[in-house]
Amino acid sequence: MKYRFAAVVTLKRGLADPQGKAIQDALPHVGWNNVSDVSVGKHIELTVEAADEASAREEVHEIGRRLLANPVIEEVQVSAVPIEWMQEPEGGAHEVPVP
Amino acid sequence: MTRRPRVGVVTFPGSLDDRDALRAVRFLDAEGVPVWHADARLPDVDAVILPGGFSYGDYLRTGAIARFARVMGAVCEFAEHGGPVIGICNGFQILCEAGLLPGALIRNRSLKFVSRRIRLRVESTASVLTGGVEIGDILEVPIKHGEGQFVSSDGELGRIEHEGLVLFRYCAPDGAVDDEHNPNGSARAIAGLRNERGNVVGLMPHPEHAVDPDTGPTGGTPLFASLFEHALERVG
Repeated sequence: MKYRFAAVVTLKRGLADPQGKAIQDALPHVGWNNVSDVSVGKHIELTVEAADEASAREEVHEIGRRLLANPVIEEVQVSAVPIEWMQEPEGGAHEVPVP
Repeated sequence: MTRRPRVGVVTFPGSLDDRDALRAVRFLDAEGVPVWHADARLPDVDAVILPGGFSYGDYLRTGAIARFARVMGAVCEFAEHGGPVIGICNGFQILCEAGLLPGALIRNRSLKFVSRRIRLRVESTASVLTGGVEIGDILEVPIKHGEGQFVSSDGELGRIEHEGLVLFRYCAPDGAVDDEHNPNGSARAIAGLRNERGNVVGLMPHPEHAVDPDTGPTGGTPLFASLFEHALERVG
């Protein structure tokens, strides 16, 4: 079976997050003075083929630890993503119109 | 006659300073040996340089993909056997990702790419790169990076300092370490580190761009001299 997951990689709390700070510093200029703790991370989706969801999830955690995140500075959270959108509709894949 | 040390320089897809590193090694009368990332084994070399650049486009994180390159298995083995391994800029990032050096390098505090000459203060001579200089020496060397802010947990930083693993700090022309002369916001102004044994070294500044008086400062020359000496000692 195929299972799809989202891995969200974020900097550990307390570490400098220069990108988050840049966004936070920009917000007052756009009219928001009530926003704090802006943090920037990465959203990575992947499909894993495995016997069941539990073992697929365990593999994604392992991938997260070994490659997607650097455990020295980052944390990774894994969640399941519905896979329906990936499957071909009846009558074949959608043609993407070329402008 | 003693033979000239053979220094391997690894080229990853996206390496930029591999040719400069080879040129610097040859300029200083050692033998430069190109090494390809996809090779499973290292050629017969006495030291290895992981050069600067943007290996694998810096996708995911700087150095995150390069550490899994085929040649890195051989580089890690070479380091385990005491072989000198120097990571410059992107090479430093790769060594941190590979776990050969502690900590990590993130986006500069300013969010800007910095490219200019800076000064380094030597903090330890217990490494293959600093064996021939003195503590307190000030070296002028260029930097050019967007992700050179050294970070680590407080506990790990304490260990790094306690064990004397810091080799270089960014400093003012008179040697003072202050925020103004820290170009990227690195913790404790750390510009370069060694491992416990002193044979693996990583630094953000570029000693290979600082060996030829015709093109700029020469702060890199004594560092390469140290490297060559250690490389030959190990052979002899």
